Amino acid sequence: MTPQSSFMVLAAIDSEREADLRQLLASMNDAPGRVNANNALIPFGQCDTLHFARLVILNDKTVNDVREYGLPTRTYPMYLAFLGDVDGDADAFLEELARLAPKGLSSLFSCCEGFTPETDLLAWMKKHSARPIASYVNWRGRTVRRIREEAILREALEDHIQSHSAALSNLPPREIRATLQRFVNAEKSAGRLTLTTENSTPIGWWIRNLLHLIGLPFLFLLASPLLIVMAPFIIIRLRWLEKTDPEVCPRVDQAYSDEMAKLEDRDVTNQFTAMGSLKPGIVRLWTVIFVLLVVDYGARHIFTRGRLARVRTIHFARWVFLDARKRMVFFSNYDGTVESYMDDFINKAGFGLNAVFSNGIGYPRTNWLVRDGCADEQKYKNYLRRHTLPTQVWYKAYPGLTATDLERNARIRRDLESLSLSEQETREWVALL
Amino acid sequence: MTQSEVDYSDVQGLVRFGYKLMTEASYVLLRVRDVAAARSWLRSAAVTSAVAMNPPPSSAMQVAFTADGLKALDVSASVVGGFSAEFLAGVTEENRSRRLGDVGSNAPSRWGWGYSANVPHLLVMFFSVPGQLQAFIQASTGNVWKEAFQELRWLDTADLNGLEPFGFPDGISQPQIDWTRERDVTSAQIDYSNIAALGEFLLGYPNEYNKYTDRPVIDANSASAALLPAEDAPDKKDVGRNGTYLVLRQLSQDVRGFWQFIYRQAGGNAAEVEQLAAALVGRTRAGDPLVPLREQAIPGVGPDQIRQNQFTFDKDPSGRRCPFGAHIRRANPRNTDYPGRPDNLITRLITMLGFGPKGFRDDLTSSVRFHRILRRGREYGPELSPSDALAPAPPDDPERGLHFICLNANILRQFEFLQNAWIANTKFSALTGESDPLLGNREPIPPFPAAADFNRQEDGGLRRRVSGLPQFITVRGAAYFFLPGLRALRYFAGAGNT
Repeated sequence: MTPQSSFMVLAAIDSEREADLRQLLASMNDAPGRVNANNALIPFGQCDTLHFARLVILNDKTVNDVREYGLPTRTYPMYLAFLGDVDGDADAFLEELARLAPKGLSSLFSCCEGFTPETDLLAWMKKHSARPIASYVNWRGRTVRRIREEAILREALEDHIQSHSAALSNLPPREIRATLQRFVNAEKSAGRLTLTTENSTPIGWWIRNLLHLIGLPFLFLLASPLLIVMAPFIIIRLRWLEKTDPEVCPRVDQAYSDEMAKLEDRDVTNQFTAMGSLKPGIVRLWTVIFVLLVVDYGARHIFTRGRLARVRTIHFARWVFLDARKRMVFFSNYDGTVESYMDDFINKAGFGLNAVFSNGIGYPRTNWLVRDGCADEQKYKNYLRRHTLPTQVWYKAYPGLTATDLERNARIRRDLESLSLSEQETREWVALL
Repeated sequence: MTQSEVDYSDVQGLVRFGYKLMTEASYVLLRVRDVAAARSWLRSAAVTSAVAMNPPPSSAMQVAFTADGLKALDVSASVVGGFSAEFLAGVTEENRSRRLGDVGSNAPSRWGWGYSANVPHLLVMFFSVPGQLQAFIQASTGNVWKEAFQELRWLDTADLNGLEPFGFPDGISQPQIDWTRERDVTSAQIDYSNIAALGEFLLGYPNEYNKYTDRPVIDANSASAALLPAEDAPDKKDVGRNGTYLVLRQLSQDVRGFWQFIYRQAGGNAAEVEQLAAALVGRTRAGDPLVPLREQAIPGVGPDQIRQNQFTFDKDPSGRRCPFGAHIRRANPRNTDYPGRPDNLITRLITMLGFGPKGFRDDLTSSVRFHRILRRGREYGPELSPSDALAPAPPDDPERGLHFICLNANILRQFEFLQNAWIANTKFSALTGESDPLLGNREPIPPFPAAADFNRQEDGGLRRRVSGLPQFITVRGAAYFFLPGLRALRYFAGAGNT
């Protein structure tokens, strides 16, 4: 199994070069929201292990909301974030990228502070890496290569079934499967289909994952006496905070919303970038860190097979702290429109959403951290849309395919290759075609 | 807490009644020519309320406004700005068109009305019992009317005896409004119900989230004195109260194309023609669902609707009886807040944390109670039976179709969600390469070819696929209107005068 990992290069933009940077970013697209996979700066399409990538200017329009909490407004640099989700080791991917697109990357990063023509590109990217506090992968171990091979397999099966429907339609399920197995084997022998077997799991990753699996609960257990003593104080404080924290959920400026809408719904999958300031105080900070550690643990060890709790539409997601944990940015890649994405969250995973995002300034009022909050639907949607940023460049390695498509294709392949299938499983397999 | 009853005399009748006995109807799209005259006509207009009358009235008139229309009547910008973003931007906004499938031959630039200079200001709807429509229109319009309005277009309707132009019963399944606000919306819905919160269909009342949908709520002053107070802000006046949004879409239906395509696919076999047509719709031409009826009653499905509406798709998880992509299964998946009906706290918690049903198609569709619409559409064009539709079109073949009308308090979450995520979505319910068999525009999603398939699951066998579905329905015009309460209507009519 090849585990997935993520990279993110985060650098302050040289304010004098912002316009140049925007121009460069626009040059990577065929049209707004439509990246050219073979663009001259970073030809994403040539990276065989890259699932998703984006370049986004982190410019938080809600930065002054902190005033509602009696905090002084701060000026933060405008950042360029370049991030992606890859098969295998992220550092190895950055090395590949530095070899593949040194000129393009350098011209982009030269718009950032501290990057000169003499700068060692790879070292600079590594130095400017930002690690997520939590991240989610839809299906651990499913590589770009596998996704593409399985998509081709499904298409080949579809074409074959369509042109042999008369002969196949009267066969019992087992014989349909046997016939299609013979067809696939013949196609493989002829070199028209490839179904690569899984690589073995890197031993280092396996050990780290096991340590994480055991280590985090162990640390939690160790700290539990202290946590039990502190819990009442934290709970009382949190209850007080959530009853008094001001909500900041005005309607979104229509022009701003339209600017984002222009980039959306160009594919069955969409990107999402949202950022905001965290609420003041150590209790809020500890709460969000704790909740995100739980999310990360769940995503690493439990929700590794197509579902984040009940949500089935997210390909990759991550949370990253910025500016000494004063601010947070959330990135995701999801299927459907932003409206259906928000509905999914409110109705299916509202508790988790509240537990994380209610620690952000202005979030609709929660009750015991997990209740209410986003259930105030319109306030929540205003809040979220207002915190959303336009993503200037966004790449997806398998356009037209949703997470459900990927799951279907994977099931088709798995049960095609399976050595023993029950009658019922065979019927279900035939029904997937 | 006892809730004050809805003041039906303040609600336009269409919200409560379909006016089925008034088989004649005509809608006119207007632009304001003279503001003062327009207001004067509106002040005296006999707009029909939702008060039940015995005997029922023989005619009815309803009035709705677009955002442009409210502006044209000089309603203040702060009031207009309180309406929803989608109402203000209008149905033709470019990004919206992409989501709704209004691209290609459905693109607004090709519409007969509703685009650019053809955006209406007002929609006036006339209904009457047979034989009285023209006289009613004559009596309702008069001299001020001519001075006040430019008639952009008359949309005439036809009574096809309850059938839509393809020949299927129309408007069978409607949500039942909880007028008395008895249903508890705050607890999770485990079993399917056909009852919808009042606030889903009228502004000013709690919706399915138990919240008041955004609408213009203004300070009390002499101009707004007659308006009702806002329930959630009693010192303010509620311009939206007892009003709702009305979505109008003129959908041209290619009746000949529909039946000729099915006839060819079925190889002319009469039984197979009926089966395929029923599979596309999800009902037979008699209106019966393709899945068995439930024995247990469904709240909000009346005794007279049992045969056609007492069902869910729970008993057909594999789509073998009613295809997943069938029109009625897309338009109303009849699901609930949780898959698998967890009926106690523990099982619900387990489901909530993601350890519920794990089947490939489980839990893909959003809970339907947040996405209901009230349909009030009417057909147009002459009747054409399925057998007559097989003949080639004469050179002067008249257009047939549906003036689709739906009412909802939140266009974005109700009509637009339904149209986008369920009707137009080629990935609905884990399908791929197919959109709604009736309404789909068959536009490709690169890199894949046109989404023009339709799949029927077979028992233990391979799916039967129909490929190359033509586009059967083309959008000819559309607009988002606000159908105000009668007090708000008089407020608009008096706007700027005081």
